[in-house]
Amino acid sequence: MPEKTLIEAIHDAMDEEMARDPSVVLLGEDVGLRGGVFRASAGLIEKYGEARVIDTPLAESSIAGVAIGMALNGLRPIAEMQFADFSFPAFNQIQSEAARMYYRSNGGWKVPMVVRMPYGGGPGVHGALYHSQSVEAFYAHIPGLKVVLPSFPYDAKGMLKAAIRDDDPVIFLEHKKAYRSVRQEVPDGDYTVPLGPAEVRREGRHVTIYSYGFLLHESLRAAEQLKGEGIECTVVDVRSLKPLDKKTIVEAAKLTGRVLIVHEDNVSFGAGAEIAAVIAEEALFHLDAPVRRLCGPDVPGIGFNHVYEVEFTPDAARIAAAARELARY
Amino acid sequence: MSDWKKLGLTAEDLVGMYRTMLLARRLDERQWVMNRMGKAPFVISCQGHEAAQVGCAWALERGKDFTLPYYRDLGVVLTMGMTPREVMLDFFGRAEGPSSGGRQMPGHYSHPRLRIVSQSSTVAVQAVHAAGIGYAARLRGEDTVVYTSFGEGAAQQGDIHEAMNWAGIYKLPVIFVCQNNKYAISVSASKQMAIENVADRAAGYGFPGVTVDGRDPIAVYAAMKRAVERARAGEGATLIEAKVYRLTPHSSDDDDRSYRSREEVEAERKRDPVLLFAERLKKEGVLDDERLAALDAEVRREVDDATEYAEKAPDPRPEDLYARLYATEPVIGQGGGARA
Repeated sequence: MPEKTLIEAIHDAMDEEMARDPSVVLLGEDVGLRGGVFRASAGLIEKYGEARVIDTPLAESSIAGVAIGMALNGLRPIAEMQFADFSFPAFNQIQSEAARMYYRSNGGWKVPMVVRMPYGGGPGVHGALYHSQSVEAFYAHIPGLKVVLPSFPYDAKGMLKAAIRDDDPVIFLEHKKAYRSVRQEVPDGDYTVPLGPAEVRREGRHVTIYSYGFLLHESLRAAEQLKGEGIECTVVDVRSLKPLDKKTIVEAAKLTGRVLIVHEDNVSFGAGAEIAAVIAEEALFHLDAPVRRLCGPDVPGIGFNHVYEVEFTPDAARIAAAARELARY
Repeated sequence: MSDWKKLGLTAEDLVGMYRTMLLARRLDERQWVMNRMGKAPFVISCQGHEAAQVGCAWALERGKDFTLPYYRDLGVVLTMGMTPREVMLDFFGRAEGPSSGGRQMPGHYSHPRLRIVSQSSTVAVQAVHAAGIGYAARLRGEDTVVYTSFGEGAAQQGDIHEAMNWAGIYKLPVIFVCQNNKYAISVSASKQMAIENVADRAAGYGFPGVTVDGRDPIAVYAAMKRAVERARAGEGATLIEAKVYRLTPHSSDDDDRSYRSREEVEAERKRDPVLLFAERLKKEGVLDDERLAALDAEVRREVDDATEYAEKAPDPRPEDLYARLYATEPVIGQGGGARA
């Protein structure tokens, strides 16, 4: 089986879906001739033509809004926000329109669209305040949306295909630092991975770590490091925030009684708060230590300077330290 | 005056247009009565806009062309085939209402079979959807036309600019109709924009912009017909600005005495488009007093029937709050199907 990076897996998913279904179109800034600023759509305009691979005006509200209209009239658009940070001009179209169209029409109008957004940063990315943000909490708050963030190439391909075939609007978040740094064997050809279920990446009896995005990989590195010290970690890949796989989250908490939630997004009102609430509601008496969050601090973003990048972003060493503390509690 | 014949309209069309305008007016009036009786919480009016609305929609093809109306467009949705019963079901928020089954406020029309697309309360957003719908139609080689409307207040929103920009670039079959009634609730048009006509902005998008007297359904129809022909032929979009006047407050929750004089409103009432069109049809010999009275009686009976039917229709059930949130039910069942 060929090894693929996360971005190659995303490319392949779009390529295969566009070949399979003529109603699939891609639109966004620079997605055509340039093949996307991250090259996710490299070669697609040559294969499918400029009517289906659309270089849009630099105006995000209309990228989302035009995609909604296309979805209302029989297409399955993939809208790319060049950076998740620039999705906010489209926020009204996503929250007031895409998310509620089906509900507000009492099931009359469907919006089968995917909004792909590269998000996140960390040391070496130098994306600064407006090319590094984690936006998942904003979207995961909205009923009517599905919000997924696969961290492995196999999932990225299978979940993007599932998202394109889904009849609801799906926010598909791609961590920029994982784009080329994560490789995995990915089968050629068709398969899907369902939107929703979390995946336990590693089982251990002492501490449970919940994460997603690039920090999931840092969490797995931390778990490997701790193994040498005799601390065994369960690591849960929370690859969907909406819906949230409460069952897997609760079972994994019961397994160890010590839970650590890791994400890059600002700590307050982040996805970790929801995961902690689920554990508090459904697994409190199985806990042997207070719930711990290790997340981005409450500042507007990851600063440009390397010092800021390192200070902002949790890494394997900090995750290991937090897990170690929990194990000893 | 009798240029309607040159437009291909028949006397029957004219009677149909008048009847639809009158039906919109009478339904709207009944809604105010129901509201003031305490039987319904909210009205948003079409009064004063009927000629612009029916004149536009008369040039569209029912069930084929899309309409993305705004909340005043009762005349449009009636022309496209919504029935008085459906309108009143939505007005009372009943479960059977086609637009939302009681989820949305009145005036937020939706009717998938008639290709009337669900609308929001955030203004101008639907114009961008219209561009996407037009793009999809063109991609498949269909000659479908897309109508979308908004007030001169909403015309100031960025989404209108973005939608028209797309329509210009791709020559999309979209007809943008601005119903300029001079007030965005209380704020006059002169505080909304520095120019006189919204339609002048069309030049910036590379397609024609026309202003028409929105009190004259024939003039509006003529402008719309040209726009529809252009759109069907693949020549692109048109912006039509219909100058109208809102004869009621913004909604049942508004009091317009704080921002416009009674003299102004009274003067406008004398130019009521429904009355003007009745006068004109008499002059043209299309209708006489007797037929006008008969039409009014017929329309009033329809409004009575619709009101009675909708008043008795059942409300949604509490459990409907959770239903139809996702079209593809999530695999792990967290789709809001269960009561918290």
